[in-house]
Amino acid sequence: MNGLALSSLAKKYSMALSGLFLVFFLFQHFTINFISIFSKDMFNQVSHFMGNNLLVQFVLQPILIFGVIFHFVMGLILELDNRKSRSQNYYMTKGSANSSWISRNMIFSGIVILSFLALHFYDFWFPEMKYKYYHFSPLDPNRYYEEMIHKFVSPARVLMYSVSFIFLSLHLLHGFSSSFQSMGINIKYISFIKILTNAFAIIIPFGFILIAVFHFYNSH
Amino acid sequence: MNLILKIWRQPNSKSKGKMVTYPVENVSPDMSFLEMIDMLNEKIILKGEDPVAFDHDCREGICGMCSMFINGQAHGPDRLVTTCQLHMRKFRDGDTIIVEPFRANAFPVIKDLIVDRSSFDRIQQAGGFISINTSGNTQDANAIPIEKDDADKAFDAATCIGCGACVASCKNASAMLFVSAKVSQYSLLPQGKVEATDRVLNMVNQMDEEGFGNCTNTGACEVECPKGISLENIARLNREFLISKVKT
Ligand code: SF4
Ligand code: FES
Repeated sequence: MNGLALSSLAKKYSMALSGLFLVFFLFQHFTINFISIFSKDMFNQVSHFMGNNLLVQFVLQPILIFGVIFHFVMGLILELDNRKSRSQNYYMTKGSANSSWISRNMIFSGIVILSFLALHFYDFWFPEMKYKYYHFSPLDPNRYYEEMIHKFVSPARVLMYSVSFIFLSLHLLHGFSSSFQSMGINIKYISFIKILTNAFAIIIPFGFILIAVFHFYNSH
Repeated sequence: MNLILKIWRQPNSKSKGKMVTYPVENVSPDMSFLEMIDMLNEKIILKGEDPVAFDHDCREGICGMCSMFINGQAHGPDRLVTTCQLHMRKFRDGDTIIVEPFRANAFPVIKDLIVDRSSFDRIQQAGGFISINTSGNTQDANAIPIEKDDADKAFDAATCIGCGACVASCKNASAMLFVSAKVSQYSLLPQGKVEATDRVLNMVNQMDEEGFGNCTNTGACEVECPKGISLENIARLNREFLISKVKT
């Protein structure tokens, strides 16, 4: 068990750091989506840049995909490892008396978010990859907004999208502030970090939902 | 008060245990939980049966022996108390009370409610000490100035009684709160700083080797700890481990 690579704390740090990285990405994604509310042209421009910039496409995008996979695999290893540390369960446990539901069920919210990501990839990423790197279709800087709007026509899709973001919000409510604790910063007494992380965990996912609902109403 | 107790009975570490139901009558609300179990045991002994085995020693919240998981919580429903400090007035007449041993693979059941917590001793032996000869030539404590805040925090950490409620309550059976209290109690003081790097590395390694789970910051340990050991200690442990790893 020697060495940083195997210790329980190494797992903790890697969950925290990969989580913080994904939080940063989420903020960037939100900013771009938010632009779609007030400027179709600007949204197209930014999306075109993100979709064609070599650094974004071939350096940042693979890092992001690795980050998502790493965070999930590590979370799964943690969960399985932790289950093994108590092979005989209690006859009765009262988890709600000492901890929040979400802090005890991060694997559950994580799986919901991962399923959403699979749908999101199916909706946006695979068609995009096919468009650019398989069909080698011509560059069209004006197609992004229409493509995006098209995905928010179905009420079932918007509902699924919204439910996933509610789970993301719950996941962040525990995960974001918890990553500071894991990195050695106890935020109980640093209230501004606690407020900031909680505000982020609510505002960003619900912001995503509002954007989806906005486009849904606009397209009907 | 008349109560129904459902207690985990397991003759030894090898056998399979089960929940056994016992009615108890005329329980005084002023009794401690352990006194109520004593009363039950007297009846069991009179019947010629094997009494319920449970750990206890000081019966005043000092030794940390009285490990019981009562109605789904370590040391029962009250806050900041051990089982010996839990009073029967916390329950109502007619209640059914579930009593189980602390559960974690690193705390194997020896008999009934008694678990083997020697894994904590081994963690402590891995680094929970300062290597100073105390045979008559120790420096006067007041000769080393220590900031009040640090002294208070070290003292708070030192109140950990090694009961294991943190492990029992944690969904991951993690021992982080215990280890962090032991690490903090020394590393906050100048006498403990000398061995701080080795201490944190060795204690965490031992903790992992004992088979405790990984901490996921649920905070259940802090809530259930009878001594109110703060999560701030776990943050300190995380910090010190990282710094020590980088240093070595
Ligand atoms: S940290 Fe609290 S719950 Fe854990 S062993 Fe120490 S006193 Fe018991
Ligand atoms: S018997 Fe000593 S703390 Fe309960």
